[in-house]
Amino acid sequence: MKLVVENVSRVFPGVRGGEPVRALEPTNLQVATNDFISVVGPSGCGKSTLLRIIAGLDRPSAGRVLLDGKPVAGPGPDRGVVFQSYTLFPWLTVADNIAFGLREKGLPERQRREIVASYIDKVGLRGFENHWPKQLSGGMQQRTAVARALANNPEVLLLDEPFGALDNQTRGLMQELLLGIWEREQKTVIFVTHDIEEAIFIGSRVLVMSARPGRIKTDMPVELAHPRHYTVKTSPAFSALKARLTDELRDEAVHAANEH
Amino acid sequence: MLRPLEPVGRSSRIVLGIAFFVLFVALWAFATFGGYVSRTFLADPLTMVSDGWNLLTVQGFSQDILVTVGRVLGGFALAAVIAVPLGILMGAYKPVEAFLEPFVSFARYLPASAFIPLLILWAGIGEMQKILVIFIGSVFNIILMVAVAVGHTRRDLMEAAYTLGSSDTGVVRRVMMPANAPEIAEILRLVLGWAWTYVIVAELIGSSSGIGYMIINSQALLATGQIIFGIIVIGIIGLISDFLFKAINRRLFRWRFA
Repeated sequence: MKLVVENVSRVFPGVRGGEPVRALEPTNLQVATNDFISVVGPSGCGKSTLLRIIAGLDRPSAGRVLLDGKPVAGPGPDRGVVFQSYTLFPWLTVADNIAFGLREKGLPERQRREIVASYIDKVGLRGFENHWPKQLSGGMQQRTAVARALANNPEVLLLDEPFGALDNQTRGLMQELLLGIWEREQKTVIFVTHDIEEAIFIGSRVLVMSARPGRIKTDMPVELAHPRHYTVKTSPAFSALKARLTDELRDEAVHAANEH
Repeated sequence: MLRPLEPVGRSSRIVLGIAFFVLFVALWAFATFGGYVSRTFLADPLTMVSDGWNLLTVQGFSQDILVTVGRVLGGFALAAVIAVPLGILMGAYKPVEAFLEPFVSFARYLPASAFIPLLILWAGIGEMQKILVIFIGSVFNIILMVAVAVGHTRRDLMEAAYTLGSSDTGVVRRVMMPANAPEIAEILRLVLGWAWTYVIVAELIGSSSGIGYMIINSQALLATGQIIFGIIVIGIIGLISDFLFKAINRRLFRWRFA
C-alpha cells in the first residue's frame, strides 16, 4: 500500500469552555499506488481535515498516517498539495512558481528550466511563463498550482476542492486536464470535492463521508474505462453511479442540516 | 453630481491638486498684503521668496539643507538596518516576539525629543547626537510595524511552501520576506517622514548647522520669511523623497502593480 491511514481521528478543542468538536471519527483508509481516490461529502464532514492530516498540515488527535510504510510527521515535498484558495506566490512568475519546489530541492538551473517547461506545456500555459499570478484567470492560476505540485514529483498528490471556485465550464476543462495527466503519467491522487459528478468522473474510487462527526460511509469503485472522455458523464453507467451517490449524500446533507 | 468613489480624470486631478496650493497662497497673500496680520509675525509670500533667494545665494543655505538631509538619511539608514531584521525575526518567531515586544512597545512611546538633553550629555552636540535622535525616534516604530506585517503573512502561502519542501528558515526567507517586502518598503517610507520631524527638533536645540538651526536663528531676527521658507523646503524635500520612494517601490515590486 502506498498510503495507509490508521485510526486517524481529529478532535478540535472547544472554544472558551465549549464542547470539543469531533471533526473526524477514527478513520481507516488504504490507498494503492496510482489509485485516484475522490472524497466527497457535505461541508463540515471532515474531508478537508483528513486531507490536511495526510498532508501533515494538521496533526491527528489519535492514529497515524503511513506513506510507504513511514509515519508522516509534518508537511513535506513527498505529498504535493493543491489548495482551494489561490496559493501561488504573487511575487513569482508562473515559471518561478512552478520551479519553487525544485529550487528548494537544490536542482541546478538547467534541469529546473527543463522540468518547468515540460509542465508549462502539460497544463497549457505556454506564453504565460513570465506572467504574475495576478494577471491570470482563476483557472489558469489553478493550472499553475497543479503544475507546481506535480513538478516536484510527489509520491502522492493531494487536492482540496481545487476547482471549487471556478465556473462550471472551466471546472469541466480542469477535470479533463487533471484526468489526462493522471492517465498518461500515473500518480497516487486523493481529490477532495463536494461535487458528486466531479468525484465520479475523475476518480477510480469514490469515498463518501458522513456529516459531523466525519467518517467514511461508503467506499465505491468507479468502473468506467480509461481514458475517459467528457461524454462519459452522460452515459447510463455514470448516471446510475451518480444517482446512488446523490442518494447517500442527500441523507448526510439532511442529517447535517438538522443538526445545525 | 458628487458620486461616492466616482473616479476623477487625470487632468482634473492635477488641476484640483494645484488649485488648493493657489488658494492657500492667495489667502496668505490676502492676509499679509491686506494688512490683517502684522508683518512682524507673518511675512508675505513675496518677502518669503526673496528671503529664500537670499538664503540660498548669499547665506549658503543649500549647505544647511545638505547637512540636514545627510542626518536624516544617516539616522534613518542606521535604524532601518537594525530594525528590519529584528522586526522580521519578531514577526516570524513567537518566542522572539514574546521577548522583545513588551519592551519595544514601551520604548516606542518614549518621545525621541525628550532624549535630546541626555544625548547631548552622552554624545555632545556633534553629528552623532542628531543621528541618535532620529535613530531612537525611528527604530522602535520600524521594528513593531515590520513585526506586525510579517506576523500577518498569509498562512496558506506558508503551508504551500511547506508542502513544496521548504524548511522553517526557507519559509521565512522565501515566503515571509518576499511576501512582505512591499509593505516593509511602505513602512520605511512612512517612518522616513517622521524622521524629518525629529531632525528638525534636534537641530533646534544645540546645533550650528542645518535647516532647524536656520529656523531657530531666524526667530531671533524675527525673519519670519526665512522661517516659512525653511518649512516649505522641508515640505518639498518630503514630497520628493516620497515620490522617489513610490517610484522605486513600483519598480521593485512590479508583481504588485501588474
